[in-house]
This record gives sequence, C-alpha cells and structure tokens, in this order.
Amino acid sequence: MSDVVIIESVVEEAYDTKTFRFRWSAEARPGQFIMIWVPGLDEIPMSISGIDGDVKSITVKAIGGATRRIHELVPGDRLRIRGPYGNGFDLSAGRLLMIGGGVGTAAVMPAVTATGADTIIAARSDADVIMDDIATAHSDNVWIATDDGSRGFHGNAVQLMREKVAEGEYDCVLACGPEVMLYFMYKACEELGIRCQLSLERYMKCGAGVCGCCVMDDSRICRDGPVFDNDQISKLTEFGVSKRDECGRTVKFR
Amino acid sequence: MPSDMVSLKTDVGSLRLERPGMVASGIMDETGPSMVRMIENGAGAVVTKSVGLQPNSGHANPCFMEVTGGYVNAMGLPNPGIDLFAEEMEVAVPAGPIVGSVYGSTPDDFSVLAARMEDYGASAVELNLSCPHAKGYGMEVGTDPAMVSAIVSAVKSAVSIPVWAKLTPNTHILPQIGRAVQDAGGDAVVAINTLKAMVISPEFARPVLSNRFGGLSGAAVKPVGVRAVYDLASVLDIPLIGVGGISDWRDAAEYIMAGASAFQVGSAIGTVGIDVFQGINEGLATFMEDYGYGSISSMVGVAHE
Repeated sequence: MSDVVIIESVVEEAYDTKTFRFRWSAEARPGQFIMIWVPGLDEIPMSISGIDGDVKSITVKAIGGATRRIHELVPGDRLRIRGPYGNGFDLSAGRLLMIGGGVGTAAVMPAVTATGADTIIAARSDADVIMDDIATAHSDNVWIATDDGSRGFHGNAVQLMREKVAEGEYDCVLACGPEVMLYFMYKACEELGIRCQLSLERYMKCGAGVCGCCVMDDSRICRDGPVFDNDQISKLTEFGVSKRDECGRTVKFR
Repeated sequence: MPSDMVSLKTDVGSLRLERPGMVASGIMDETGPSMVRMIENGAGAVVTKSVGLQPNSGHANPCFMEVTGGYVNAMGLPNPGIDLFAEEMEVAVPAGPIVGSVYGSTPDDFSVLAARMEDYGASAVELNLSCPHAKGYGMEVGTDPAMVSAIVSAVKSAVSIPVWAKLTPNTHILPQIGRAVQDAGGDAVVAINTLKAMVISPEFARPVLSNRFGGLSGAAVKPVGVRAVYDLASVLDIPLIGVGGISDWRDAAEYIMAGASAFQVGSAIGTVGIDVFQGINEGLATFMEDYGYGSISSMVGVAHE
C-alpha cells in the first residue's frame, strides 16, 4: 500500500548521489525495495538503503529525469512511496561477505548495518565511493576497491572478492551492483564453491508481482526476487545476457 | 485430497480444459517462460498479454496502484507486437492451452492478429473489446454493438480456432453487446474486464496514474462480474467465461453458478501468489464432492434455476 512520508534529512554521499531519510513505520527487511512516485514524470523502484527503526532511507544517483527531480527534494518535502516489495537477503546464511558496486552499495547497506559483516565497497574512482562511513561504523572490516586505483585496492569488486575469500572463511557473498559485476561475481562464486545472494534489477511497472514485465526467464524480479541465490541464478538464462524493454522485447547486452 | 468422483474438466464450446481456471490477460503472460510457469502451477490455460500489430511500451509509470479491495492499473497495453510474440508462443504453446489475446482498432486489425495467433498455435483467440485505458482500443471499440459485430464476423472468417470476446462492464448495454457477439458467430463471451477508475493523491492534489484513469480489478469487482455473467447467461446460448476478483473456490463457484463454464484469475496472482490455482482447484473439487456436483457442467448456471 502507498504512504506519503516527509523527508527529514538529506545527505550528500558523492557528487552525484544523495541519501534521503524519512520516518516510515512499515516493516522492511534488508534487500527490499520501494516504488517512488515522481509526480508528472515517473515512478521508479529504489532499494531501501537504511533501516533504523522507523527511519528508512533511499540513496539516489542522479542519472535520469526522475532521479534528478528527486535530487531537488529538501527536508520537509513529501514523497509518495509504496511497498516494501521483494524478498530481501537471507542474513542467516553463515559467515557473510557484503559487496556493493557503485550505487548498488545502497542496496546491501541495511544488511551491513544489521550484521556488521565484512564489507567490500567498489566504485570507479574515489569520488564515486559511497556510504563507507556507515559501513565502517558497523563493520570491523571495510575494504574499498576502485577501478582507477585512486583509493584502496586497484581493481574491481570481483578481483578483491577473490583475495578476501582466499584469506577469510566466508559461507556466502551478498551483493548488489551493475549486472556485469554480478555476472562475473556469480561465476567466481561457483568456481570458488561459495554461496551467493545477488540483488538483481529489471525495468518495472507494478512492482507487486502482477504485470510480469520485470521477468527474467520465468522469475519476477519484483516478487520472486530481487535477491536470488546460486541455485536460482543457475536457471536464469537471461542473467548477464539480455533484458526486456518496456514493450517486452528482448534486448541483448552484447 | 478429494476422490476421483469429481472432475474439474470443462468444455468451453469445442475447447476442452483439464482445469477450469485460466490466467487472465495481462498477468504473468508477456513472456513464454512465465506462461509455462503458470500452467505448471495449476492453470488450465493462459490468456496472453493483449498483443497488437506494433510494439507498444504502454503508459508511463505510475501505471499501477494498490487500493482497498484490489488494484487500479493503466498499463496501456504494453506488448512486443505480433511479429516478435511468435518467440513467446513457441515457448508457451507446448506447455498447455494458450489463448491469444489481441487488440486492434478495426475489424481488419483483429483479423490479421487472430490469424497470426492461430498460426502460432493458440487454442483460441480472445478479442480485447474492453480495456478501459487505451485510446482508440478496447472498450472504445467494444461498447458499440455494430462495431463488435463487425469485428467478430471478420475474425470468424479469418480463423478456425474458437473466437472469444472479452467485454467491458463499463456500459449499460452489456446484454446487447453479448448478443452482437453471439449473432456474429462468436464462440464465447469473457466477462468482465476492469471497471474504469481513478485514484487521487490528496497531498499532491492530482491523479496518481500517469494516464489519470485506469481500471479497477480484484476482490472489489467480483459482485459486479458475477452480476454481469448472470445477466449474460440470461440472454445468451454460447458459453461464458467469468473473470473479476476470483481468488478462492467460493469466488469461482459463484461465477460458475451464475453461468460461466470456466473462469479466469488475474489480480489474485499478485494478492495470493502463483499458487492461487492449486488452492482454487482443490477447494472446488472438495466443494463439488461435498455437494454432489460430479462435473463443472453440472454446476454451470444452477443459480438461475
């Protein structure tokens, strides 16, 4: 069902990314998402990026019309949201390694704060690293990876994950990020014999498991996901390969 | 589990269904694999997303909203177009009966689309004469008996599979439209589509849906649908398919007793889940055994007697 919430604070996470906090009493689990109405423009799915009792947040990267409009919001402004939707992460899967890539870091952050598990935050460059302060406040081990080496490990999330999995004993990787990152992360986890739960993304309309437009093979990202484990992902032939556009047409990634 | 004393098989004219509940058009039926999943989860057939001549992205978001008793949606008939839909049908058809839903604005459009669905292996074709939120389509062509008659006649001469017409409750002349379908040779009437509806946000002082209005579905519309089927059964001889707010066996039994030979489920795939058909099938079989109905056909229209 939908609710109207009032933005209490806005935090600049990076030059193009802001977190919007609001009071919302709905029960939400790490890994779930909400639909955000941008009146006159759009309605878009956004991962819940913070769960602190009744205070929830979303973290938005300005990449299109709707997200740029959200960036104009200031404390006191109203937001109409609906949800939470989706299954969320299973936090009881043993010793966890959290991995966020780019703005996907926002989707794993509630799992980081809930568990204090070891965390990798990956980004293109130092300027794109987000929410490392929150992760550091809850977790003893937070590692940064940047593609250009401007901060932390010089390389991508999958490369750093391989190092950390070799050093530590993890049962399961929880991750969200660009699909190409998740695709190679899944392959690496299969190779290393480690479980994973990946938060996936597709174009959505209803968000509630009705319209079927966000399906990957026969699975609805909004309702059966957005988090899928190894066994489920192994059956998704479209993962890392293709997506459906607004018309339902198949669009290959490469 | 109920014994083998009762059968859930039903005939919609010449089409035999192993189970009486189908997936209604527009829900989990845009892609081949999702249709296969619904058949595997107990649906007797799947009606496809309504497909048109060209790819259509539908209305902008928001196009969906949860309300008390159901959903209001204005998807706006998103679909990949009839050419590309061949790929989805190729995957879906081997799994079970697939009914091809099509929309157009002229009798010619409908004939071309229906013939393609027949080529793709559809068990029947369902004419969308009832979508309430697509300009120039749906109920805009489906509330004029002369137009309905022209469309059904044209499609009947273009295909040999059964032709079903899905009608709108947003009219005061539903029985006349039903009669137009029957007189033009239509094989079955499907009722109802969604009720034209609107949701306004008081805080933002504007309609929530980008299209402003949409269609109401779900539990709230069930009594309207049952009445519509009852009215149609009073004037028609061709089979009826009931749809609107069905989520359990009681709802399904109401539609059957009002005169429906089969039924469709849409919103409950969201509210209840993918396994909604299993619950309905088991509940219906138990009810039929307890109350002495050996077959679906023995229950059809009994509320009229």
